[in-house]
Amino acid sequence: MKKKHTIDFSSDWNLVPAPESTATIKLKEKYDLYINGKFVAPKSGVYFDTINPANEEVLCQVARANAEDIDFAVKSARKAFNTTWSKLSGKERGKYMYRIARIIQERAREFAIVESLDGGKPIRESRDIDIPLAAAHFFYYAGWADKLAYAFPNRKPKALGVAGQIIPWNFPLLMAAWKIAPAIAAGNTVVIKSSKSTPLTLHLLAEVIHEAGLPAGVVNIISGNGETGSFIVEHPDVDKIAFTGSTEIGKVIMKAITGTHKKASMELGGKAANIIFEDAPLDQAVEGIVNGIFFNQGHVCCAGSRLYVQESVFDKVLQKLKDRLQSLTIGDPLDKNTDIGAINSKDQLKDINKYIEIGLQEGAHIYQPDCKLPSKGFWCKPTLFTNVSQSNRITQEEIFGPVLAIQTFRTIDEVIEKANNSPYGLSAGVWTDKGSKIFNMTTKLKAGVIWANTFNKFDPASPFGGYKESGFGREGGVHGLAEYLKFD
Amino acid sequence: MSRIEVLKTYKIFIGGKFPRTESGRYYPLKHNNKIIANMCLSSVKDFRNAVVSAKAAQGSWAGKTTYNRSQILYRMAEVLEGRKAQFIAELETQGIAPKNAVQEVELSIDRLIYYAGWCDKYVQIHSSVNPVSGSFFNFSVPEPMGVVAVVAPENSGLLGLVTQICSIIAGGNTCVVLASEKLPLCAVSFSEVIATSDVPGGVVNIITGKQNELINNFASHMNVNAILYCGSDKKVIKNVQDLAIENIKRVFIRENSDYFDAKHDNLYYIFDFQETKTTWHPIEQIGGSGSGY
Amino acid sequence: MKHIDFSNSPRIDQVGVDDRIARITARSIKKEAKMQGLMMTLSMIDLTTLEGADTEDKVKQLCYKAHHLHDTIDGLPTTAAVCVYPNFVKLAVNELKGTDVKVAAVATAFPSGQSSLEVKLLDTKLAVDNGAHEVDMVISRGKFHSGEYNFVFDEIATIKEACSKDVRLKVILETGEIGSLDKVRQASDIAMFAGADFIKTSTGKISPAATLPVTLVMLEAIRDYYYETGIMIGMKPAGGISNAKLALQYLLMVKETLGGKWLNNQYFRFGASSLANDVLMQIAKQKSGIYQSQDYFSKV
Repeated sequence: MKKKHTIDFSSDWNLVPAPESTATIKLKEKYDLYINGKFVAPKSGVYFDTINPANEEVLCQVARANAEDIDFAVKSARKAFNTTWSKLSGKERGKYMYRIARIIQERAREFAIVESLDGGKPIRESRDIDIPLAAAHFFYYAGWADKLAYAFPNRKPKALGVAGQIIPWNFPLLMAAWKIAPAIAAGNTVVIKSSKSTPLTLHLLAEVIHEAGLPAGVVNIISGNGETGSFIVEHPDVDKIAFTGSTEIGKVIMKAITGTHKKASMELGGKAANIIFEDAPLDQAVEGIVNGIFFNQGHVCCAGSRLYVQESVFDKVLQKLKDRLQSLTIGDPLDKNTDIGAINSKDQLKDINKYIEIGLQEGAHIYQPDCKLPSKGFWCKPTLFTNVSQSNRITQEEIFGPVLAIQTFRTIDEVIEKANNSPYGLSAGVWTDKGSKIFNMTTKLKAGVIWANTFNKFDPASPFGGYKESGFGREGGVHGLAEYLKFD
Repeated sequence: MSRIEVLKTYKIFIGGKFPRTESGRYYPLKHNNKIIANMCLSSVKDFRNAVVSAKAAQGSWAGKTTYNRSQILYRMAEVLEGRKAQFIAELETQGIAPKNAVQEVELSIDRLIYYAGWCDKYVQIHSSVNPVSGSFFNFSVPEPMGVVAVVAPENSGLLGLVTQICSIIAGGNTCVVLASEKLPLCAVSFSEVIATSDVPGGVVNIITGKQNELINNFASHMNVNAILYCGSDKKVIKNVQDLAIENIKRVFIRENSDYFDAKHDNLYYIFDFQETKTTWHPIEQIGGSGSGY
Repeated sequence: MKHIDFSNSPRIDQVGVDDRIARITARSIKKEAKMQGLMMTLSMIDLTTLEGADTEDKVKQLCYKAHHLHDTIDGLPTTAAVCVYPNFVKLAVNELKGTDVKVAAVATAFPSGQSSLEVKLLDTKLAVDNGAHEVDMVISRGKFHSGEYNFVFDEIATIKEACSKDVRLKVILETGEIGSLDKVRQASDIAMFAGADFIKTSTGKISPAATLPVTLVMLEAIRDYYYETGIMIGMKPAGGISNAKLALQYLLMVKETLGGKWLNNQYFRFGASSLANDVLMQIAKQKSGIYQSQDYFSKV
């Protein structure tokens, strides 16, 4: 066998920590609900802690809304829909939204820091991706508000009414923007609930919305737990449910609204195949693999969690991938040099560790880079599993963490079959230098978003959403508007 | 002495073939208390077989050129036109007034042609190039959902059925259709039109029988991608929605409707059964004025 | 020597390369890491003068600067080398006697490479005979573009032979004339397999000269060659690197691509003339906390 030459990544020259300063951030002790244009205490008086997953310290408390609060919020939204928002021209609606986009841009640094504090994601990502994209989303849909007739010619689009929206913990502000922006651009009013573990940036968004002077009740911001969400789902005067989260919870929500008039859009789980052909630009593909599975600690529904590498380049790709892992920095989310931050919550870490355990029990080979993890907080090393097959649970089930299951393939036919062999169909990646092969693959892969020679790119103009059990409906682009409109 | 008429045996249509129901059960179709025909009382197993055929046919049906699909739908119209008299007679046998029967058959032919014309056009209407920020070419196109289970309208044995089938297959889907229980004759005869119009076996599968025996399986089958229920029964709708959740089947409801109405010439019937796929690819930034690498 | 089919060199996706660069340039290099990086940068500079107007005095001044970068700051390294035309090699060697500063000579009909092999060999021999420690040759871009990869390969191999075994050969691809990153990769492969000790981006006479993306592609080629052979090839981006911040980003790119073993002037060089002073100003600023003026740093 040929001698293997490996790169030694140790060096006397090492970066020193470069933490983003939190001096300018002044979190309140308690955050209230934002209903009918006012910050109000929850009827029950109950607040819950939100913690920094990087050190387990309590950041502050947030209100837990109960059924009464939700009823008040829905009524406020209904009133706003009937009396102000639906009376306003699209142009004026748009102007409010432009204001929101601008204020988010102005407070971008603050948003980024709070997002990283509350959720554990690296500041590089919250600063360069989450927050700018959230602002861009408002900006994009602001422009649609007075152009709906062009988006849907001859169809006389009309707003649905009150939209109930439930967002996940992985991209709090960004998901809020994905939900709120198209809804209010289309003329709906909103009751939106943040996730239990990452509520803070939504409360900041409430301040932004307030500052923008949006009419009372158009956007109502709620925090709470799963039960709080069910109050929204079950409220009879809600016309639309938009949910992003797990397929499991998505099904529970759908079950709750069958037989009602409620329109739904669901953005659920995924187990994306990322496919590397031998003729791919391999170094960029490796970067795409890393970006695909380690972006946001793998807490991404469209994460490229199933890697398929053509057998002829498997060794090469694996070596490059392992080497790339050596140069990833894991640690303090607020450090500007951090690539992989903290796992979002204790429960999530438990879940990920369970899957790592399952992988080992299934006989898969594990690789984790040699790196130190902080002693406090929730952490998981980037993890590669080889020697796995389609029937391994780590290949089939969504792990939602930095864990990659790697398989080889020989032919195009084989890899298409393996890639589509999943109940999910959110996204997929293809890497090859050959154009005709790309189009063959992108046509045959059953997924809503396909990244060819790139991965995990997002844009307000680009529709996002799944096939099969990854959900239905699209967010982003002109397609995203349709989810919040009815037609003649 | 007058000639003894040869009576037609109404069978079901699965995978391009005309089997009898495997159940061996039939139900009498009556008009004015007279038995017109014995219809197959299809079983869950017939439905399952039909789904297998529909699934197997879907990839190559979607892979046909849109021009080819368009011609096949047009061919269906041609063949139906040639057999107009038979369909008019069958409608009348089932109690449809002669004038309405003629109109229904003619409209069915015209509707086929309407949707035939969309086959190579709807993609253009629904596609977009999305101007993303960054050096990427990004586009969205509609793609067929796959296998669609259809509970055809009870009150429109031919026109209602044709409207659903042709809008679904125009978009590259295949389907399994439960014919109207009261008005099933034309559904079976329409199978014969399909079988002689270059429609590949399995693209359309039509079974007859009782809705309440089959609908749960239509809604719950894990290999069915979407279900279309034509009807207004609130309990049935909720039941279908509940059962569809298991594999997040797309559910569409078309309430009882006058299928003579021109609103059923409807592009959005095609889009209902389309997924949107978005593809990203980098655009190299080398060459041209002002670029370096 | 066995010829390899260089038309099968790996393909490069430029947008993906830019993405990777964006990750590197987003890194924050501060405090001790910055100081250490700046010192390292100085020690990796090939202080260069390659003008038609070069004179013996100019070269002498350059040589002095190479080992007296800024005497008011203690503990500064010397530059790695001076880089001059072959006719100044003897002078430079003499000027730098007793120092660690190497003398590099550009050769092979620099910068265009448009000449016969005989002339190129004579040019190389002149440099080597006069005591050059390093030869910076240019590849025949015309032949490269005509697809005569074996010609380019053979030429490099021949020049390598002409350098005695302790003379290190740097092969300049002149990436600004090469046209795309795929071709940069291909030229890198040709140069390494033909015997280059270093691969180098540019002559400094063509724009664009060194860029981060081009350098990353070359570093990745070096890595693949190392995986394949275990041989460490050096890298020299040249031209266009005139400020300290950019230099540090280059170093970080080396660290994250090839690891610590490449982070010394045996394996990494900057071809630059004005970089040294910017680095010196940064060092002075780090030490004193006061922003600096060019007026206080000697020009060459």
